[in-house]
Amino acid sequence: MQKSFVMRNPSTLVFLGALAMFTILVTVLAEGSGAGLISTSFVKTLGKTLCLALIAVAMDLVWGYTGILSLGHFAFFGLGGYMIGMWLMYERTRGIVEASLAEAKIPPTAQEVTDAIGNQIFGVVGSSEFPIIWSVADSLALQLALVVLVPGALAAAFGWLAFRSRVTGVYLSILTQAMTLALALYLFQNDSGLRGNNGLSGLQNLPGLDHVAQSTVSIWFFWASAFALALGYLFAAWMVSGKFGSVIRGIRDNEARVRFLGYPVETYKLFLFTVTAMIAGIAGALYYPQAGIINPAEVAPIASIYLAVWVAIGGRGRLYGAVIGAAFVSLVSSWFTGGQVPDVNLGFYTVKWVDWWLIVLGLSFVAVTLFAPKGIGGLFDLWSEHRSPNRHGADLGPSAGSLQEKEAVE
Amino acid sequence: MNSLLEVSGVSVSFDGFKAINNLSFAIRSAELRAIIGPNGAGKTTFMDIVTGKTKPDEGRIIWGDLSRSLLGMSEAKIAQAGIGRKFQKPTVFEDQTVEENLVMALKSKRSPFAALFYKRSPGDMRRVEELAGEINLADQLYRKAGELSHGQKQWLEIGMLLAQDPQLLLVDEPAAGMTPAEREHTTALLVEAAKTCAVVVVEHDMEFVRRLNCRVTVLHEGSVLAEGSLDHITANQEVIDVYLGR
Repeated sequence: MQKSFVMRNPSTLVFLGALAMFTILVTVLAEGSGAGLISTSFVKTLGKTLCLALIAVAMDLVWGYTGILSLGHFAFFGLGGYMIGMWLMYERTRGIVEASLAEAKIPPTAQEVTDAIGNQIFGVVGSSEFPIIWSVADSLALQLALVVLVPGALAAAFGWLAFRSRVTGVYLSILTQAMTLALALYLFQNDSGLRGNNGLSGLQNLPGLDHVAQSTVSIWFFWASAFALALGYLFAAWMVSGKFGSVIRGIRDNEARVRFLGYPVETYKLFLFTVTAMIAGIAGALYYPQAGIINPAEVAPIASIYLAVWVAIGGRGRLYGAVIGAAFVSLVSSWFTGGQVPDVNLGFYTVKWVDWWLIVLGLSFVAVTLFAPKGIGGLFDLWSEHRSPNRHGADLGPSAGSLQEKEAVE
Repeated sequence: MNSLLEVSGVSVSFDGFKAINNLSFAIRSAELRAIIGPNGAGKTTFMDIVTGKTKPDEGRIIWGDLSRSLLGMSEAKIAQAGIGRKFQKPTVFEDQTVEENLVMALKSKRSPFAALFYKRSPGDMRRVEELAGEINLADQLYRKAGELSHGQKQWLEIGMLLAQDPQLLLVDEPAAGMTPAEREHTTALLVEAAKTCAVVVVEHDMEFVRRLNCRVTVLHEGSVLAEGSLDHITANQEVIDVYLGR
C-alpha cells in the first residue's frame, strides 16, 4: 500500500510549517503591519531572500537531483524580472504622463500619450519609439504570462539544441555560462529595447497604488514571495517523490543505464530544464519589484555561479538544503558587503570585509566541497541518524581497477 | 528464416581499427545463446550496435515480427521495442532502494508526464514482489541498492531486465565475481528467462557456458569464427588455436 505524499515526505511538512511561522513572525514585527521592529528595507531583503530560495529550489532540481550543472539559471530569473518590470514601468509612466497632460488645454490623443510615455522611458537611450517587444506592456495579464513563457521558451530552445547533441558535464556548464553572458551583453546594448545598461527602474512603485506606503507594499511582496516559495517547494517535492524522481536521480547517477531502460533521457532533461527556468522566471518577477531596479548586470555569469555556490553550501540533492543555503549565504553576504561588519585591524593590515568577503565565500565553498559534500543540510542527518552507505572508493566490479563507486549522495 | 533478431553484414571501425568485420548473427525467440571469444573480439561492440549505442558503418539489423530495422533508432526506442541490456559492471541505481530500482524498470509508458503521474498499482507491486522473489532479494526490497553485495547487484540488474518484459536480453558477463552458489542461481535465472524470451550471454568462463547448455557462437576479430554446440566448438581446431588453447 502506498503511503500518502505527506507521510513519505515529512520534511516537506516541517519546512512549510517553518516558513509559515517565519512569515507570521515577520508580519507581526514589521514596520508596515505590526510592532515596527523590522524596518521596511529589511522586510524587502527578507522577501528577496525568499525569491532567491525559490530559484535555489529550481537549481537543486536541475543540479542536485538531475545532475545538470546549469550555470545559467539567473538568465531566466532576470528575464522574469524584465517581463514584470516592463509592465510596472509602462503603467507607472503612463500615470505620470496622463497627470501632466491633463493640465493641457486640449485633451491629448491616445497617440500623444503613447509618444510621451515612449519619450519618458526611452529618452535615456536616445530614442522615443516603442520597440516591438513592448507591444503588450500595457497588459498585466499578458506580461505575467510572459514571465513564465519567455524564460521557458529560451530554456526549451537552448536545451533542445544542447541535450539533443548529448552535451553533458562541464561542457554543458560552459554553454550555459555562454548563454547567460550572451544575454547580458545583448541587454547592455542601447538598442536591445530594454534601456541598455540603465535597465528598468522605479519598479518598487506599483501603478495606481501611489497612496499605499512602501512599508505596506513590502509586506504584500513578502507574503507573495513566501507563498510562491511554498508552492514551488511543494511542486518540487512532489516531482522528486515518485517515479519521475527515481528517473531523474537515475539520470544523475548513470545516464546510460536509464537510456537502456527505455527512458528518453534527453526529453526528461529538456522537460526539467524548461520547468525550472519557468520557476526561476517567477522568482525573478517577485524579486525585482522588491529590489526596485533591474539591469543587465543581474544576469551576468557570476550570478548563476553564486546560485550554484548557495546550493552546494546548503546541500544539493535535498530541497531544504537549497533553501537554507540560499537564505544563509545571501543574508550573510549582504551583511558582510553592507559595511556593517567591523573591520579587523591586524596592526600591519586592516581586513575590510567588503573586500575580503568574496575570499571567505570562496574558501568556504572549497571547504564544504572537500569536507562536507552534503553541505549544511547534511547536519540534519546527524540528528535523524540517517546515513548513506560508506563504500566510498570501494571497487564495484570483480577485478581491480573496475568502476569505482561514486560518492553515495543522499 | 524465423528469427527475432537478424544481424547481417555489419561492420564498424574505430579510427581505422575494424572492431566488427562483416558480422552476421541471428537468434530465434525463446533461444539461449552464449557468445565467447578472446578479448577484443568485438563482443561488447556487438551489443553496443544492437542496442543503438554505436552506429555501424554498414550492414542491416532486422528486428521482430514486423522486421523493423533498428538502425537509426535511439537507445531508448530500441529498449522500448523489447531489447534489454545488462552491463559488464553491475549498474544499478545505488542511491535508491531495490524496490525503486525495480519499479523504474517495470514495463510502462516512458514519457516524463507518464512518470510524473505514475501511481503504483497493486498489480505492479505484485510483479515487483514476484521479481524480487526470483532474484533472491525479497527481504531486501527496502534496502538501498548500494548496500547490496556484488552478486546481489548483478541479480538486481537481471531482475530489472526481466521487469522490462523484454523479447531479447543481452547479458554481458553475468557471473563475473560471483561465488559458486551465486553462479548456480544466475544460471537458473537465465535458463528460466530463456523459456519466454531470447537471451544472449557473453561470457569468458567456459564452465559457466557449459552449464548454460546452449548453442555457442565464437567471435574472433569482429566476425563469427564458429557456431554450434559447446562440444562441437571445443573440437574445432581454429577455435582452439585462437581462444581455447591460450
